[in-house]
Amino acid sequence: MNTWSTRTVPGLAALVTAGLLLSACGAGGRPAGESSSGAPAAAEDVVGVTDTTIKVGAHYPLTGVAAPGYSEIPDGVKAYFDFVNAAGGIHGRQIEYIVRDDGYNPTNTSSVVNELVLKDEVFAIVGGLGTPTHSAVVDFLNDEGVPDLFVSSGSLGWGDRPAERPMTFGWQPDYEIEGKIIGQWIKENKPDARVGLFLQDDDLGVDGEKGVRRFLGDQIVETVRYTSGNTDVAPQLAKLQAAKADLIIGFNTPSYTALTQLVSMKLSYQPAWFYSSIGSDANLVGALLERFSEGAVKAGGKALDGVYTTEYIPGVDSPDNEWTKLWQKVWAANGNGKDLTNYRIYGMSHAYAFVQALQAAGQDVTRENIVTVLEEKGATFDGPQLAPFRYSKDNHLGIGGLQVTQLKGGAGTELTKVLVTDLGDTPITEDTSGAAQDAPPASGIPGN
Amino acid sequence: MQQLLTTTLTGLTLGMVYAAFALALVMIWRSTRIVNFAQAPMAMITTYVALTLIDAGQPFWLAFAAALASGLVLGAVVERVVIRPVEGGSEVNAVILTLGLFIVIHALAAVIFGARFRSFPAPFGLSGFRAGEVSIALTGFGIFTIVSVLVVMGLLVLLFRRTDLGLTMRAAAFNQEVARLLGVRVGRLLTLGWALAALVGSLAGLLIAGGSLVHPGYMDSVVVYGFVAAVLGGLDSPAGAVVGGLVLGLVLSLVSGLVSAALVPLAALVVLMVVLLVRPGGLFSTVTERKV
Amino acid sequence: MATTVPVSMRDRLSWRRLPPLARHLLVALVGLALIVVVIETAGSFRQGQISSMAYLAIAAGGLTVLTGQSGQLSLGHGALMAVGAYTTALLLQSRAGAPPLVVVLAIATVVTLVVGVAVGIPAARLHGPYIAGATLSLAVAVPGVALYFSEQLGGEQGLTLRVPEAPVWLLDTMFFITGQELTGRKYVAYVAWFCLVLTYLLLANLGASRVGRRWRAVRDDEVAAAIAGINLGRARVLAFVVSAAAAGLAGAVMALVVRVSAPSGFTLTLSLGLLSAIVLGGLGSLLGALIGAAILTFLPQVVTSIGQDAGLSDLQAAELAPLVYGLTVILVILLAPAGLVGTIRSGLAHRRRPT
Repeated sequence: MNTWSTRTVPGLAALVTAGLLLSACGAGGRPAGESSSGAPAAAEDVVGVTDTTIKVGAHYPLTGVAAPGYSEIPDGVKAYFDFVNAAGGIHGRQIEYIVRDDGYNPTNTSSVVNELVLKDEVFAIVGGLGTPTHSAVVDFLNDEGVPDLFVSSGSLGWGDRPAERPMTFGWQPDYEIEGKIIGQWIKENKPDARVGLFLQDDDLGVDGEKGVRRFLGDQIVETVRYTSGNTDVAPQLAKLQAAKADLIIGFNTPSYTALTQLVSMKLSYQPAWFYSSIGSDANLVGALLERFSEGAVKAGGKALDGVYTTEYIPGVDSPDNEWTKLWQKVWAANGNGKDLTNYRIYGMSHAYAFVQALQAAGQDVTRENIVTVLEEKGATFDGPQLAPFRYSKDNHLGIGGLQVTQLKGGAGTELTKVLVTDLGDTPITEDTSGAAQDAPPASGIPGN
Repeated sequence: MQQLLTTTLTGLTLGMVYAAFALALVMIWRSTRIVNFAQAPMAMITTYVALTLIDAGQPFWLAFAAALASGLVLGAVVERVVIRPVEGGSEVNAVILTLGLFIVIHALAAVIFGARFRSFPAPFGLSGFRAGEVSIALTGFGIFTIVSVLVVMGLLVLLFRRTDLGLTMRAAAFNQEVARLLGVRVGRLLTLGWALAALVGSLAGLLIAGGSLVHPGYMDSVVVYGFVAAVLGGLDSPAGAVVGGLVLGLVLSLVSGLVSAALVPLAALVVLMVVLLVRPGGLFSTVTERKV
Repeated sequence: MATTVPVSMRDRLSWRRLPPLARHLLVALVGLALIVVVIETAGSFRQGQISSMAYLAIAAGGLTVLTGQSGQLSLGHGALMAVGAYTTALLLQSRAGAPPLVVVLAIATVVTLVVGVAVGIPAARLHGPYIAGATLSLAVAVPGVALYFSEQLGGEQGLTLRVPEAPVWLLDTMFFITGQELTGRKYVAYVAWFCLVLTYLLLANLGASRVGRRWRAVRDDEVAAAIAGINLGRARVLAFVVSAAAAGLAGAVMALVVRVSAPSGFTLTLSLGLLSAIVLGGLGSLLGALIGAAILTFLPQVVTSIGQDAGLSDLQAAELAPLVYGLTVILVILLAPAGLVGTIRSGLAHRRRPT
């Protein structure tokens, strides 16, 4: 009986391990490339596409420090897709939308996008959010040939090198042109300001700084950076205060807008603030501040009065705009019962662009032809954006311009016309394309 | 100059919170010879209790008191149910147990309360003062932080030195066997010790949360800083915990302001290693090393 | 009269009579064969998971030897993995100038080994909660250092890397063995598991050798070990260094699998997860480490879908996995401190003896 157990323990061990490993390949044993089960596939097998459905995915920070605000974007996307699906879909296909949480954490983004591409087998990634996060997956998506459309971030990397990243397209104005327009405005309107920069410590900050420094070289007295996730920004603001900066430009996420406002109260420091468009939603920031201060600072948008920012799509503060009326209609029919916010409108706006691309790609949509269609026709798409897209064979960057505004009661008062420019030393000019004056089609669905 | 003043004041305020947390760790160490790494998520979950009450419209102070009370209860329950079986046993097992608790409470909070970043109110105002040209980065809430920690410490000193209960608790911590022989209900006192320590930990959690963003992981780095502060002062010494906390708070704030916020945990590690290699018992050590 | 024990064929060929090295090599070969079968039959997504399991198992193996056999508890192995991962990422920034993969992995392991010496020497002097607290501080400090050197190390965004192409001889060999093309993902999976088998072979042999016996002697009774002439410090540091090298290799493989090396990948959760894995599997047992790593990789999906079916939201269900680990760790420590493998082993030993 001696040898039974001394031989079986290692034997058992091998069996257990083998069992675990074999059981691991249970349900996932299908090689990639087959379309989803159900309806028979089209003549040419396109991943994520069947005769009746088209599946797309996205990664968003539904939790974590970047979640306030940004986690609402997919609500808007879903609402608009439901609206389109209710009207029959595009070329007879219903749009299926899968959102996965990455917590604004690049390592999670990598595993979540892996799941979307390899397990869920989506046709394309639409609107993946975040500069540090999406940077972790952009090469993977291009290597796998997955269309990576309308990244929810203004980093240059989504459009300035189409040769290296042919499948990736930006959507919102990139941070460099935003920085340029902000920089020029300050130079013309506040030439004596001592400017400080408050930047997120990644490409978001780098690209914004690049644009600003084209115009404001010697006006900048101090530059500070913060790491997303570390919520103590007192040392950075103390540095800005010590440098006597009286106008601070912030390229940061909304939580950090609230935090900087809070800390400057603590330090009795009252500079003028210029927040980039991604961080300046007054209602959201006001809500955060109201809670912090136990009601001393009231919510409802007054929290950011006097703050300068930029705009590139009409929001809830322009209720007379035709696009905003469309979004109200879509939200009322397909929303989740909560209020319509600018982040949800952001979602609906880029969902509209995706639907336009699908329309243009035609019945036989493939991963390659949707890219070609955007390069050839994208620049002529009419949509909510105030300036036209810049899509072409050599440029995959999105909206080409913005307006400078000042917030009052949560609404922005325009300080300039729509200004357009491009990367590098392309000059800034007023937009004459009329993109800001167009209206949606009556049905609310492009091409109809 | 201005920056130095701001940094120092921030450091002192934060140091007070680390002192409170270190005090909680020291209290548990003295009674059961275990470092309670789970103290951080325990404090975090009681803060969430407060947040839930605030969401439901209750006044801030009621929520504050409820958080402290739930800390008391949580500490007692954890000691009685989870820790009691391993007291006096292997050190490694006890540490792993507290880490298991760390993981469980963390995950529980995320499941029950959600993992979003929430803002937490701060009474007494969040604006600093100005004295002429100089701004004093001490908010009303900061002053409340300092005062409340001092009050709690004072109450604990009174408890331990002036009351019978405190005397028996100290006896039970000093020598369990003899105390038992003298009729002391050691088990109950250990539970009470953990409960009080958890109360202090909860206070630390609430003070850090005020005017800041709360999420299930917000206290995680505090357990490291609290531990370093406790070791700096001496794991056996409550006074050392306070001094250690203040010193550490100042050092870390200076590093954060003058060098970079990213290097703060590294600075804490350096402080820890220096203390352990030069004077392992801490600044206020009373126990000499045992050498073979 | 002396009793003679009949020598049967079975006794002569018994497993125990083989030298440890031969035993371990046999297991390694069987393992490699199994791995080829599994990887070839799994889908793309599963192949990624299988690779993840490999790097977790490498790190867990090193950690279980350190904690189980040498008695030093480390909560900072996530940080050591970060060292390996960042080194790899730095070397593989562009496909063009990259050194061969073997060289990259070796460099990453050596660099982490050196860091392991720097950490292990002070750590050797610490016990129980002190070493736990110190390594905990290390786990929290290292991501911060990566953030500070954001120019070189990419800051919060981290460093993305391109996995080099498989060498032609390997492509040919794998096609010969399996009859299928070697895809990028399969290449990474094979590299990962080859490293795992190699690491475990080394660790198992060390454990069965004089070095391993010294470690266990120091763990069980310091005074007796010192009297017996064992240099306590050296034994402990050696154990730490070996486990650090394993962690470095694990980090390097992780960089290949995840394709990005960012501070957010090396949080406290990773170190605590590794600890859970080895506690569940059984401290000191390599098989336990393997099982623990498997649980760590595959359990989250299972638990999450159970949670979703039970009506929890997606986000809540995602948090169920750590809840389950933590609870299992607590239950294991309270009820079965020897872990899965340890309990089974002592159960079998009990069956053997009549009393």
